[in-house]
This record gives sequence, structure tokens and C-alpha cells, in this order.
Amino acid sequence: MTRQPFRRDGHRGETLRFRFDGRDYEGYRGDTLASALLANGVRAVATSVRLGRPRGVFAAWTEEPNALVQIEHPFPEPMLQATTVELYDGLVARGLPGKGRLSGEADPARHDGVYAHCDVLVVGAGPAGLSAALSAAGSGARVVLADDRPVPGGSLPDTAETVDGLPGAEWAAAALAELDGHPEVRVLARTGVLGYYDDNYLVAVERRGERASSRERLWRIRARRVVLATGAHERSVAFAGNDRPGVMLASAARAYVNRYGVLPGRRAVVFTANDSAYAAARDLTAAGVEVAAVVDVRRGGGRSWDGSEVLAGHLVTGVDGQDGVSSVTVSPDPRGGLAGDREIEADLLLVSGGWNPVVHLFGQAGGRLRYDERLGALLPAATRQAVEVAGAARGLSTLGRCLADGAAAGARAAEAAGFRAGRRSAARAEDVAAALAEHVWLVPAADYRGHFVDLQRDVTVADVMRATRAGLRSVEHVKRYTTAGTAHDQGKTSGLLTSGVVAHLLEVDVAELGTTTFRAPYVPVSFATLAGRDRGALHDPVRVTPLHGWHVARGALFENVGQWKRPRYYPRAGEDMRAAVLRECAAVRRGAGAMDVSTLGKIDLQGPDAAELLDRLYTAMMSTLPVGAIRYGVMCQPDGTVFDDGTVTRLAEDRFLATTTTGNAAAVLDWMEEWLQTEWPSLRVYCTSVTEQWATVALAGPGSRAVLAGLAPGLAVDGESFPFMTWREARVAGIEARVCRISFSGELAYEINVSAWDGLALWEAVQGSGAVTPYGTETMHVLRAEKGYPIVGQDTDGTVTPADLGLGWVLSGKKADYVGKRSHARPGDLRPDRKHLVGLLPDDPDRLLPEGAHLVATARLPEPPVPALGHVTSSYRSAALGRTFALALVSGGRERVGDRLYVPVGAEQVPVTVTRHVLYDPEGARRDG
Amino acid sequence: MMLIPCPWCGPRDEAEFHYGGQAHVAYPADPAALSDAEWARYLFFRDNPKGPFAERWSHAAGCRRWFNVVRDTATNEIHAVYRAGGQRPVSP
Ligand SMILES: [Zn+2]
Repeated sequence: MTRQPFRRDGHRGETLRFRFDGRDYEGYRGDTLASALLANGVRAVATSVRLGRPRGVFAAWTEEPNALVQIEHPFPEPMLQATTVELYDGLVARGLPGKGRLSGEADPARHDGVYAHCDVLVVGAGPAGLSAALSAAGSGARVVLADDRPVPGGSLPDTAETVDGLPGAEWAAAALAELDGHPEVRVLARTGVLGYYDDNYLVAVERRGERASSRERLWRIRARRVVLATGAHERSVAFAGNDRPGVMLASAARAYVNRYGVLPGRRAVVFTANDSAYAAARDLTAAGVEVAAVVDVRRGGGRSWDGSEVLAGHLVTGVDGQDGVSSVTVSPDPRGGLAGDREIEADLLLVSGGWNPVVHLFGQAGGRLRYDERLGALLPAATRQAVEVAGAARGLSTLGRCLADGAAAGARAAEAAGFRAGRRSAARAEDVAAALAEHVWLVPAADYRGHFVDLQRDVTVADVMRATRAGLRSVEHVKRYTTAGTAHDQGKTSGLLTSGVVAHLLEVDVAELGTTTFRAPYVPVSFATLAGRDRGALHDPVRVTPLHGWHVARGALFENVGQWKRPRYYPRAGEDMRAAVLRECAAVRRGAGAMDVSTLGKIDLQGPDAAELLDRLYTAMMSTLPVGAIRYGVMCQPDGTVFDDGTVTRLAEDRFLATTTTGNAAAVLDWMEEWLQTEWPSLRVYCTSVTEQWATVALAGPGSRAVLAGLAPGLAVDGESFPFMTWREARVAGIEARVCRISFSGELAYEINVSAWDGLALWEAVQGSGAVTPYGTETMHVLRAEKGYPIVGQDTDGTVTPADLGLGWVLSGKKADYVGKRSHARPGDLRPDRKHLVGLLPDDPDRLLPEGAHLVATARLPEPPVPALGHVTSSYRSAALGRTFALALVSGGRERVGDRLYVPVGAEQVPVTVTRHVLYDPEGARRDG
Repeated sequence: MMLIPCPWCGPRDEAEFHYGGQAHVAYPADPAALSDAEWARYLFFRDNPKGPFAERWSHAAGCRRWFNVVRDTATNEIHAVYRAGGQRPVSP
């Protein structure tokens, strides 16, 4: 058995075993999966996404549109290009039908992120990039050289050209070694730059492999200057059958022969519009591939060629062979007046339609591009970013010019970053004069359904034609209509070809069409790499109170409130949520319950103008609050809608403590800071978050006074000594505490605040009294809803004013202004049909309404559009009422009390009766116990 | 990722900042004296130029100070940075 039948004579390496589509093969270290497959004669690698046509390896690096594979082992990874997967021992892969499949398992690999700063970032380690890095490094600048290939040199190992008298690959290795000797230079191999953002912020992915501590690293690099030496991609021509396995870019075939020692076929036809393909033909011939003919669209042909026949002024008009090229049909260009088709037997067809400078990153950076008629390519024009473009990336085509251009760009970049570039002469190479290229986009035919423009998206000239015949003129529109250029190869080989075909069909110049927008990522990137270690709690921190361990030990079930974990309820054996919450509610209404409310936001405000600031931000008057007292407050946006609510405690003449809702603590602090800094800088106030410095236990229920008295024997707890909405300092369970008499349940209640360190001791003492039931947020929600107390963000939605919530009493009439006051006098805020917070009682007392459900007036749904009167904001089962109930925002709701409305739930119209929003103890008799 | 020069901390990544919309839209001295239309103009109307725009930023994950920036909305180029309450520098 001949192993690797298409391996070039004399090419050896460490043997690696791999499996593809269920068959075992061997390749060499240094291969890509694509080169190893070609070495084994595998032509059809994948099938196309839309038409299911067999596809082979078309390119040799990141521009590959066809050879999409899925890695199966060691870990399933979808949609990789066989041309960029470095072969390793034990690799198991298969070809894809255009789409990959995500693994159901969690990826065990680690991914990391790195931040880097440098004076000069050079992207690309080809001839221009290495030259740029060398001259920048010589100035002493901090240089980062990022290159996506495993070995340096860019195209040099592909072309086997000579630099400074050395084989290109050797020169590149020596250049890299010299760079490694500079202490301020960092070389990142296997690192593809995929995004270029504002102010020279670039993002790159370093592929470190399965054996490294992390599979990939995401580099975020801020560079003072950037040199883009990103090279050029060869492009195809649209002709019939140009998607067959065996049709390959000429430069790719040259790379397989020279870099990988692989023969991509035995007998080749070369189809070209420029001279570069002749070099490929020469190298293939030297490697033992028979070049049957060079088909050159130019009537004068190309540079002198001592190989096979040159068919000047000819076109490839057909390709035969289902799973691989078997013959190529060649015809004279009809414009030349000649006739007579020829069929040439071949298993390989090399194509060169021209070269596209890789301007993706330049375009992402906001750089403008211009179409160059002579080169038939988009070239970088102006940009405001601090960037140089060097070498083939700006349209230079010969090695010597690229080397010199890179060296000059590196020196310019270093100097612009404030360094003095030394006098270093650029590396030299022989420049071969080339004949002028011609720009051919498509080969005329009667039927364009087999002329592929975008191989990955299966877009043909016929598809583009349908777009232009539909009246589309802009390439951006054609791209969206046909999907050309939108696949994960980012149109590297198809983008400009699409423009060329559109221009041909519309009979305009390519330059008139403008360009499509280049967007990151230049090469595909996995979400795992973007996330790095920012996963789980490292992405979204979990905040817990000092009592958390106790809640966990008692089997509490938690809910997330912002980043906080709050106990939702504490089920006993055999209890579901419904039973547990009813039990907890009853315990609070009949005896005493305790809840961990440490998560409430707490802001300490100090300064002579603290009272003035609070007067301006809260709707109520806060400056008249005596020391020792507490007031409920609502904050509004300038448009009059509710922003947050909480209590304000006056600790001293010049010191207050404001509480916020759990989820809004940071926003309220930001709000205060913003007004202080931007509108009222003359107010002398300091605002400090003290949320985590305090642990707070709410003690609620008619039995709470006795519990507190037992824990705080020194505190006079009777109603006269310690009235509602006041606070006292006391020792509770021997701990220094601030006790506030406030209630969020309507029951006699206290909030006991202690240092966070003492929180657990306080909580255990409260529980140790034996008379207290721990309760969670669900019970708290039910109890407050029974009292009609709204929860900001649940019963409000950014359109709701305090008056809508029945909180007109918190709007100060005495103050000349507060934030939102002027809006409360706008006609829209005074409309009688505003949505008011009301209660709802379903006719069926066991019926629980879904939150978010709409309300309508009629028992039968009319034809749409159905006028909705409002929606259910909160809905619970009430132990105290012995039935279900809900809160809702209803248009003109306070005028509808007693009315019958309907809640459509599925096909049903659930009847409800509107009530006032306070359903329990409307007189407030229970507040004082 | 813009590089925003905080007047207090120096150049920092955009991700550290919080955007605050158009600058120099002062809270009216006496809202009650404004007509509904004048108040609505303060509440809801903001400029949206393509080009230089004076806007407010806060260094939320840094010094937490608010300041003003003149930024070109088309290119993200920052022309000037100055303290809250300061005058917008003359051109560009
Ligand atoms: Zn700062």
C-alpha cells in the first residue's frame, strides 16, 4: 500500500495518525488537516450548504470557503476550516454539509484573556511584517508582532522565494530569532487579529492547542501605532463548474507543493488573468505535476514560459467530473473572434482571477478604501487611526518592494510613537517584472447556475443576476439579498468577485459600486474564547448576606434579586411553595416572623446640605424630619415617573440614612452623585454606600413587640415610648443595634440593624426566642400586596407616577420643586384614564391570575384590536383573605372599583371584580399591634 | 473600545465609563415657571448631530466623577475633555 500517494518525493516528517469521515490516514507534523487529506488523495471534503454539492480544498489558509470540518475528538468543535487545523496525532474529524453541530457537553478546556500595551503592533509576519517589526524593534520601541500562522514568513514558505540570498523560510526564521532577542519585543505566533476597534484597540486569538493550560487566549491589545502587513488573498473567476473538487486557487496549489510537500493533483490546467499563476505552474512542474496548459485570458499571454502550451485569449468554459475534476473545457474568448472548444484531461484546475489585498482590519478601523483600476483591487485610502499599511496589503506585488515597504512602515510607526529608528537596510529580493493583469470577473455563458461567486454560501452568478434584475444596485443590498459574502469566511475570496460580477451585470465600473462594510471578526472565534474566565460567578458575581449560611442550612430556596441571593421561602418537610408561603404569611399575621432584609440598599448622606439634597430628590419633604424619625419617600425621574422608593432616617441634623430597593441600590447612589456633581455642585453632601456594612433583620407581626422586649430589655418598646416611624439605639441580644419601627406588611414591625459582623448572632438570637417564623421574599411580597404597597419594577414599569399608585400623599405641595414635580402638573399626568393601581378579586376565590395578563371590559373578546384596559402586576394566594387576589394597573381604575372586568387566559375569559388596592386592614389598625 | 481621557485619571478604556447624553442641558432654575411645551423641550428634546457633540460621561468604574467630552459622533474622535460645569471649548 502506498502511503500518502500524493506526497511529494523526499518530503518527510514525524508521522501523525488521524481519522477523517471514518477512515484512518497518516500525515506529517507541520501538515494542516487539508494538506494531509490532499496527500492521501481525498478530494471531496465537504458538501455545500444549500445545494449539497461535493466540495474540495480550495485555498490553503484562512480564506478557505469549502473545506469545512467538524472535530469529533478530542472535543467536538464545529465549523473549522481544514486548511487552518494543524494536524495532531489522534485527531478525529469529518466533513460538514455546510453547517456544524455544537456539542451537548460542557467544554472542559480553559480559555484565558490577556491585556497588552505596546508602542507598535505589527499584524502579520510575512515579508513586510517581519521587516516592519525588525525596523521598529531596532528603535527600542515596545513591539508586538502577531501572526496567525504557526511558522513565520507569511507566504514565503508557500512561494519558496529567496530573501537576502536565503530561502525565504530560513530568512523568516532568522528574522524571528533576531526579534526574540529584543527584550521589548513580543512575538505571538498562531495569533490571529480578528478585530480592530477605536483608538487602536485590537483583539486577537492565540491558539495554544489542546495540551496547553488554556486552549486559546484572547489578546486585547492597545497599540500606539499599528502596522497592518496582512498580505493578499487570491480570488477566483466565475465560470461554469468552478466549485468542483480539484478547482483550487493557484497560490494554494503552490503552497501545498512548497510548504507541505503535497501534490494537489497529477495533471493540471492553469486558468489565469495575471502572471502570478505562472510561478505556481513552474513550481508544480518542478514538483512533478504535469501542467497540461496555461489558459490566459490576456490576448498577449503572460511572461515568458518555457513549460506547456499557453492558450492566450482563452477562457475556461466548463469543468467535468462530479466528485473531482476529470477534464476542463477551454474556449477562445468570443471577443477575439476565434472558435473551437478544446477539452483537456486534468484532475486539477488552478485559478487566479487576481489578488485582493487583505484590507479587512483596515476597513474595521474605519479606514476608507478605493478601487484601483490597474490592480483590480480595493486599496486602503484614508483613516484617522494611527495605522500604517505595508506590503501586499496595500497592493504591492513583488517581494523586494514588500520587504522595503515593511521596513519603512515599521520605522515610521516607531518614530510616530516617539522612538528613533536606526539606519537598517531592508532585506532584499529579486523583483521580477510582471505583465499587466486583466480583470476578468466572469466567463460569459447562457446559463449562470453553475458559476459560483460565493462557494461557502452557494451563491451563483444566476443568484446575483436575480438580485440585479429585482432592481438592486448597491452591493450592500445584493449581499443581503443573495447572502454572498456573509458566511464565516467573511467573503475573503468572494467579496470583490461579487462586486465585479454586479458591475459586469449592471455595466458600470467596480469603482462606482462602492464597498461593503468590513466587520469583526476577521476569522471565526468561539464564544468560549471571548468569555475566557468570565463565566458563572466570575461573570456575574453572586452576593450573599452575612446570614446566608443559616438560610442554606435551613433549606431555604433562593431567588435572585439583582446579584443577590435572597431566601424565597423556607419549606418544611412535605411542603410545596404554596403551602410554605401560606404558613409563613399566617405566622406573620398571627404571631411573629423574621426576615433577612440586609440586601436593601443603604446610603449614608452626610453634610450640612444633606437635607436640602433629599428635599430636591424625594417627592416628600425630608428637611422637616426630626432627628430620631423616619419617613417613607419616593424618588421620581424628571418626567414624573417612579424611580425608586424607600425610607429616610434622620440620624443627626446633618446626617441621614436612605434605603433603596435591593436591585436599585447602585442606581440610586449614581443618581444622587449625578445630580450633586452636574447640577448642584454647591451642595455640601457626601454619599456613601453602606449596604454591606449593615445586617438588617425585619421582625414583623403582632408578637414582635414581645420578642423585641425579650431581646432588648433596656429598650422601652411600648407604643408611646417607641412610636411608628421612629428609631432607637439599643442593645438587642447584647449587640449594639439601631432599631427602626417601620413596616412593610402592615403589621406591628421593627427593623433591627447591626454591624454586618454581628448579623448572624442577632439572627440566631431572634430565632432562638422560639416565637419567630423565618419568612422569605415570597411571603414578604404577599403581605405587602395585601396592603397595596407597590414594588418598584414589579407594579411599576417606567410609565407610572406616584399618583397612579395611590401615593398622592407623598407628593409635597409645600415644596416649590422636587425632581418630577413639574411633570406631575402636565396634562398627561392629570388624565382621568391614567392607569391606577387597583386590587382584583377573581370570582373564583381559588383562581390565581397570571402576572402580566391583560384586562378587558367584555365577557366575549371582540374582534381585534381588542382595547386592553391594563394588566395584572402581582398575583398571590392570601392566607389572611382566604382566597386569591391580584394587583393591577387599570385605566381609570379608581373609578372602576366594584366593576366586573375579564382577564383573557388562553381561550377563557376569567371574571374579576375591581377593588381598592388596599385589601387587608385598610384602616391601618394593625400597625401598632 | 475608545480610549477616553478622564480629566482626573488619564486615558482609560471606554468600558470603565458611563454615558450621560448631551451636555449643557441644565435643569431649569424654576420649572414651575415653564410652560408645558418649554418643560417638554427640556425633558425630551436632545440634539443628535453627526459630528462634534458635547456630551457627559462619568468614570463609573474609576474616580466616579462626571465630566464633559466633545466627541465626533461619526468617528469617535475626542476633541476635548473638560470638567462638569465648565465651558465648552471653542471649536472644533
Ligand atoms: Zn477618572
